Amino acid sequence: MNMKELIAKRAAEELTPHSIINLGIGIPTLVPDYLDQSKYYLHTENGLLGVTSVDEEDVDPLLVNAGKLPVGEAVGASYFHSADSFAMIRGGHVDVAILGALQVDGNGMVANWAIPGKDIIGVGGAMDLLSGAQKIIITMGHVSKDGSPKFVERCTFPITAERIADVIITDLAVFHWRDGGYELTELMGDATLEEVKGKTTAGFRIGESLLQKESSR
Amino acid sequence: MIRRIVKSGDTIMVGGFGLIGSPLTLIEELTRHNADKLTIISNNVGEAGRGLGLLLRQGKIKKAIGSYFTSNREVAQWYNEGKLEIGLLPQGTFSEAIRTGGAGIGGFYTKTAVGTELAKGKETKVIDGETYLFEKALKANVALVRAKKADTKGNLVYYKTARNFNPIMATAANYVIAEVDEIVEEGELSPEEIVTPHLYVDAIVTSQLILTNEGVVEA
Repeated sequence: MNMKELIAKRAAEELTPHSIINLGIGIPTLVPDYLDQSKYYLHTENGLLGVTSVDEEDVDPLLVNAGKLPVGEAVGASYFHSADSFAMIRGGHVDVAILGALQVDGNGMVANWAIPGKDIIGVGGAMDLLSGAQKIIITMGHVSKDGSPKFVERCTFPITAERIADVIITDLAVFHWRDGGYELTELMGDATLEEVKGKTTAGFRIGESLLQKESSR
Repeated sequence: MIRRIVKSGDTIMVGGFGLIGSPLTLIEELTRHNADKLTIISNNVGEAGRGLGLLLRQGKIKKAIGSYFTSNREVAQWYNEGKLEIGLLPQGTFSEAIRTGGAGIGGFYTKTAVGTELAKGKETKVIDGETYLFEKALKANVALVRAKKADTKGNLVYYKTARNFNPIMATAANYVIAEVDEIVEEGELSPEEIVTPHLYVDAIVTSQLILTNEGVVEA
């Protein structure tokens, strides 16, 4: 399993059966591979509740997800226009949004729509999802391609919302927002606490279960 | 049809999520018409050289209002050269602005984008302890929409995710032209399945260009 698949699989474990889930582009689109799709309702903001994967021979050019990738239609699916779709998101009717991010900071702010110095010509549904979904799960590589931390003290990229991300899942660790800050709740794969500390500039607490493991070593 | 309706300087709504559910035949007609300095309200400006991307290349778009222009790289180029103005809105704000425009509402307050760069210069208001941002409704002179079927009265039904912005745009313009695969007799559509009632629709045309798995082809 590669790094992205590992993160997607862990994100799937955060989901409660029968919840309504919206998936961002990138790693989040891999999450359904680790779900019993009959038990979850996938929402896509371009107007479909009941997204499934589709076989190549059944691809319909007019049936796509928000990343414009071909998808299928689940039993009990429904179509609606964009204003209704975003009313579902903004109105708090979508239980979980799983999103990618460029940066997340120790205050819970997410930056996932614009890079400073590059043309800002697209935002899509990023801001609506981050403001509106009941629970936000961020999936991302722990560091960027050049090795710099993505879980940072303060976002230097433009933030997407003033809303706090509830869970952060990277290839090294899982953090949950608890009591006004992030708690490291889990190490992923072979990652060590030292490695996570070394590749993170955001402040975080170490969860009870990990502390016990460390002290017994 | 377009030649008679669209004038230079007009604001035009164009349906579609990329090319999906985009009125390709009407856009093509727009590229053969000499009206320019247009304000285009559409989620994207098509793709490079396809759909509304063609109109951009002709230099006929003065301003583009939408949520995701990243899908057409040429938009950044035109914008940087000062030849295109951009109005960027979060997609939910964009669609609600169109919906309210069509519903006779002047604007609305939303939590989306509060505290971000897209909130700059916009009025905020605290409602029940939470900060909201004021967004003005959007309206247009003409809307070009894509549906699956129309009856001869102009009632419309849509197809899968090709519905997207089309039903709301059909409500928010002075003159609405619907491009469809098929026109059927009045009474052939079930009243329960009609998404856009005929009072919104001024004209219907049959589609000459269709999006398939192999790309855009002639019908």
